[in-house]
Amino acid sequence: MSTLATAATAAEERSGQPLVEVSDLRVRFRGYAGREARALDGVSMSVGSGEIVAVVGESGCGKTTLARSILGLVRPSSGVVRFRGEELSYGARALRRYRREVQLVLQDPTGSLNPRHSVYEAVAEGPRVHRLKDESGRVARALSQAGLRPPERFALRYPHELSGGQRQRVVIAGALALDPRLIIADEPVSSLDASVRGEILSLLLQLRDELGVSLLVVTHDLGLAWNIADRIVVMYLGRVVEQGTTEEVLHRPKHPYTRALLSVVPEIDQREPVVLAGETPDPCRVPAGCRFHPRCPALASGAAAAAGVADDCVGTPLAVLPAAGGHSAACHLHP
Amino acid sequence: MAVTSPVATELSDDSTPGGGSGGLGRFIGLRLLSGLGTLLFVLLFNFFLFRLLPGDPAARYRAVKNISAQDLARIRDELNAPVMEQFWAYLRDPLALQGISAWKGQPVWDLVGGRAWPTLVLLGTSTLLATLIGIRVGIRAGWRRGGSFDKVSTGVTLLFYATPEFWLGLLLILTFSSGIGPFPSLFPSGGVIDSGIEPLSMAGVVSVAEHTVLPAVALAAVYLAEYSLIMRASIVDELSQEYLTTARAKGLMDHVVRRRHAVPNASLPTITLIFLNIGFIIGGAITVETVFSYPGLGLLTFEAITEQDFVLMQALFLVFTVSVIVCNILADVAVAVLDPRIRT
Ligand SMILES: Nc1ncnc2c1ncn2[C@@H]1O[C@H](COP(=O)(O)OP(=O)(O)O)[C@@H](O)[C@H]1O
Ligand code: SF4
Ligand SMILES: [Mg+2]
Repeated sequence: MSTLATAATAAEERSGQPLVEVSDLRVRFRGYAGREARALDGVSMSVGSGEIVAVVGESGCGKTTLARSILGLVRPSSGVVRFRGEELSYGARALRRYRREVQLVLQDPTGSLNPRHSVYEAVAEGPRVHRLKDESGRVARALSQAGLRPPERFALRYPHELSGGQRQRVVIAGALALDPRLIIADEPVSSLDASVRGEILSLLLQLRDELGVSLLVVTHDLGLAWNIADRIVVMYLGRVVEQGTTEEVLHRPKHPYTRALLSVVPEIDQREPVVLAGETPDPCRVPAGCRFHPRCPALASGAAAAAGVADDCVGTPLAVLPAAGGHSAACHLHP
Repeated sequence: MAVTSPVATELSDDSTPGGGSGGLGRFIGLRLLSGLGTLLFVLLFNFFLFRLLPGDPAARYRAVKNISAQDLARIRDELNAPVMEQFWAYLRDPLALQGISAWKGQPVWDLVGGRAWPTLVLLGTSTLLATLIGIRVGIRAGWRRGGSFDKVSTGVTLLFYATPEFWLGLLLILTFSSGIGPFPSLFPSGGVIDSGIEPLSMAGVVSVAEHTVLPAVALAAVYLAEYSLIMRASIVDELSQEYLTTARAKGLMDHVVRRRHAVPNASLPTITLIFLNIGFIIGGAITVETVFSYPGLGLLTFEAITEQDFVLMQALFLVFTVSVIVCNILADVAVAVLDPRIRT
């Protein structure tokens, strides 16, 4: 099993093909007053083998919707999700096979564990559905990989008997029991005590280093992304506005939105904090031109006008950023 | 792969929630104890309540024709004894004292015993109907909330819920028993079995079934509606639970997510309600039994009240309160067995 997986990883690395890739993904929900909420409005991004990618952005920008679409839990209205180059198909069998390879860790471990299932049942659920051999061996291995050692001390306990950090480890073990190639973690530590956040983050890093699992970590916290990500994808109102390596995005941010986010993270940026003006973005009413323009400090300060792009900011829509192609930003100031 | 299992120990594959069985035993013990306390209180209440009622109880017995002089003398002695003495006698044997019905002149426990089985048959049939149908309808409606099944079933169950039992009973009798218009007289009304038939024979079972169908439907309708509405609401609550998302993300099919996660967790309120209702129906089928002249405990209660037979009332009151207490305990134990959070 493990040698196979490593072989597959090595093959992917040679081919340079991303493990998962989404192109121009769009997801709409029925919003208030008959309007359509464009939760994802053209997102292209990818996660390579063994890579840790952080998706950052304010609450409501579509991060969770992106995570759920990659898992096939939400069906996009257009665009495709590709796994190992193959388009995701939404038939029940195909999805089940896919979900052995891509697993989910949610924000609130208390809610994501069934309160009436013991730790053993929670972790064994995946192997049972996929009819994998040696269920109890797998469960024991997954529990100890997730740092719950010795596993038999935890197997028969119930979620309410565990701490928040231990519960999140159980959720992670539940994912690991399937030997996934990609784990999608939606705000994996934001509901945990500050004291255990670091432990869970270093567990995630360790899983990548030791098992070669790819990680897509969704977070509203740039500091967290800084700590664990290889690459960062910044989202605003259903779009990717900037992406690049962690170095590039956090040390040489291009997009005024990224800069504003960074300015309030003291450990990365010593600049003057930028407070974003204007109303909070609403996916039912996406502004024309650059979707960030009503709140853009560069437009407000006249920097955009000085560069001669102010009219474009208000009137010319920006193209969807391609998944490949290094450090890029969706901004008329950085064509 | 670098991370290997440091532990080769076999993990126990105990998929039943047996982890806290010690806790469960203690829980049941405590619950039985508090049930006994309630029972004691009820016994006291039962004794004094019927002695505070106005009128001369002994006087009622003189009107009874088929009571023996021996029994009459014993009853008079007992009723003339000092209250404390009566009380001790009652505590020693609460079921035996003054065991003669003033209305029938028979021992009350014989009367109650003879009427208990029709009520149990009625209760069992209607509970089975209400539970099996109500829970299924509620699950299906809640799982696809707002769908067409949900719209129709919620409308129908609300209608059932609002229909008074006696009225539904009368409608059923009119339509299916007395036979109007195109409907023939399908079911007999009155009684639980045709006279002269042995209840445990084949013909007896058929006769009992024929007599029970209509009252059982009348009684089940409102409970069916209640279980379906509660189950639907609990399932709707489940829909937003993140563990359903986790389960789907692991590859479980929709119906498996429903069966393994949503339904068991949503069942607790309905299960509690079913047990509590059973306790109440034993004494509460009065309307339905009266409308259908179905000779169970409900009709007996109606008769005891009409005849002012206090001794019989006292016995029935005891049966009803004990059944409520027992069903309460059963409800709590069932929930504790199903939910590990309550045990520990
Ligand atoms: N099931 C849904 N139905 C309707 N609107 C939704 C649904 N899920 C998300 N949305 C809307 O889509 C937008 C993006 O939500 P989400 O992906 O949860 O953002 P984030 O995770 O970044 O906070 C929000 O405006 C949210 O209200
Ligand atoms: S395109 Fe214009 S409005 Fe949009 S971020 Fe760039 S400068 Fe600001
Ligand atoms: Mg979210």
